[in-house]
Amino acid sequence: MEEKLTLFKNRKRFGIEKNIDIIFKNTALVLSSFVAIILLGIILVVFFQSFESFSRYGLKFLVTSEWNPVKDEYGAFTAIYGTLVTSFLSLLITIPLGVGTAIFITEDFVPKVVREIIGSFVELLAAIPSVVLGLWAIFVMEPFFRAFFVFLHNFFGWIPLFSTEPTSRNSLLAILILVVMLLPIVTSIARDSLNQVPKKLRNAAYGIGASRWKTIFSVILPAALSGIMAGVLLALGRAMGETMAVTMIIGNSNAFSWSLLSPGYTISSMLANQFGEADGSQVSSLFYAAFVLMILSLVVNIFAQWLVKKFSLKY
Amino acid sequence: MNSLYYQKRLSRNIGDKFFTSLSVICALIAILPLIFLVTYILIKGGSQITPELFTLEPNPPGDDLDAGGINPALIGTLIITTIASIIAIPVGVGGGIYLAEYSKGGAFSRFIRFGVNVLAGVPSIIAGVFIYALIVSTKILFGSMYSGLAGGMALSILMLPTVIKTTDEGLKLVPNELRYASLGVGASMYTTILKVTLPSAFRSIATGIVLGIARAAGETAPLIFTALFSYYYITGFGDLFYEMGSLAVLIYNFALEPYDAQNKLAWAASFILVLSILSVNIFSRILAAFTEKTKRV
Repeated sequence: MEEKLTLFKNRKRFGIEKNIDIIFKNTALVLSSFVAIILLGIILVVFFQSFESFSRYGLKFLVTSEWNPVKDEYGAFTAIYGTLVTSFLSLLITIPLGVGTAIFITEDFVPKVVREIIGSFVELLAAIPSVVLGLWAIFVMEPFFRAFFVFLHNFFGWIPLFSTEPTSRNSLLAILILVVMLLPIVTSIARDSLNQVPKKLRNAAYGIGASRWKTIFSVILPAALSGIMAGVLLALGRAMGETMAVTMIIGNSNAFSWSLLSPGYTISSMLANQFGEADGSQVSSLFYAAFVLMILSLVVNIFAQWLVKKFSLKY
Repeated sequence: MNSLYYQKRLSRNIGDKFFTSLSVICALIAILPLIFLVTYILIKGGSQITPELFTLEPNPPGDDLDAGGINPALIGTLIITTIASIIAIPVGVGGGIYLAEYSKGGAFSRFIRFGVNVLAGVPSIIAGVFIYALIVSTKILFGSMYSGLAGGMALSILMLPTVIKTTDEGLKLVPNELRYASLGVGASMYTTILKVTLPSAFRSIATGIVLGIARAAGETAPLIFTALFSYYYITGFGDLFYEMGSLAVLIYNFALEPYDAQNKLAWAASFILVLSILSVNIFSRILAAFTEKTKRV
């Protein structure tokens, strides 16, 4: 009798516990699906808010560069062009610098302690807020490069990219501050992928008489290429979405110009500048621009993830 | 005989030297501006630090006698990041628990993990745009438009992927034997998670979350049209529903002012922001290195 009672009690407790267990599991399930809900929510909200502008201007929005709230004419070509040009050109500068630095850190040119200090220093810099970088760009970088820009214009003015007098806020400065922002990302990811290349590959190359740089170029870099590529794509996504530093230094002008030395615009800086005080169809057009930005960064990000998944298990 | 010794003039050796110096130059070019950046912020910002800075309101620009302090922005940053953490940490830890402990690698969990990575790549200004459309323009929060609460929500979207990822990865590192042992002595799944696996992964999860909070504290883009900015002291709970200043937005606004006093205030705010973010980062790095060493023993 006594025994039966405790058993009965135990079973009862077990029942409550079972319920708590189920509730706990389902709560965790719901919380994890929040990610999907937020992601879909962002896409849907931005899409539906841009619908008015989308149905009025259609794809013409992407190729015209008039942005005139008074006449209700909207086209985001200048901003889209600016986004693509600043992000691609900054990557073009960042890739060799970042990969070169990563090679420097992973090879044994200097003692390990020094390399580790450099490595963690570079990673720490990824933590500096971009608004602070923007402040630094305005007050330190711009005066520093002013003479160089004048030189660029005077000697290479025949190239359309440098064809205007340099202004104190311009696209080239935005590109340079993006380089400072992207360097830590590219360097740390490139370093990780270089470190993951098995040591026996290197030893095999040395063993058949390859020199250090022959080994790096023909064995190590190709083996780490997918990881580096993924890092580069992530950096590209960051560059396209980067707002503060670029907004502060690019000049925010919707007048289209081929020259990098004149003020420009990016989608994110357009949003940062105009969203607060926009109304009517301007808001919808800004949402349209935000949608374009989101699609661009989604495509880049998904491609990066696909690349990682496809090539990460090679060794 | 000669071929046994290192020959300087051999083309492959010359090439090696060339590329080695090239990579040294790359590293120098990459690191020097970064060193300049940090020292400049620390020196220029550090020289602006006064006790009044922490207690006064900023004066509206135009008054070029004295810029005042950054008290409201400092408190605002603390409040907004706290709101973001209150939203993102439970959701993120819960989601991470599901991914690491319950999911069996099926389509749903793969989709969520993919979603986490995609959400991490969404530009931060899009989070601001989303919250603007959802909360600011609809005035859904008791009729208030721009508010500290909305700003906190925008930041929580940016924190969420970090929190989920660190929880997921931290829990996955917990050895399965611990789970078997706990379940084997009759503990239920939730007891096992709350009493065994979460505590043993606590340090790595906490480190990741703290780093996520530090990153969110410096984010500006999601705040400029959700929390906006305010020059006035935060006096009570009700201020959550009104415009709220933050260090990041203060730097943005005052860097673009033509007045020297405001610019100096922006430098001071950068100093405080960068110093706190860097010290959190360095501290958690040291902690992580320390735990790694003790684990190996």
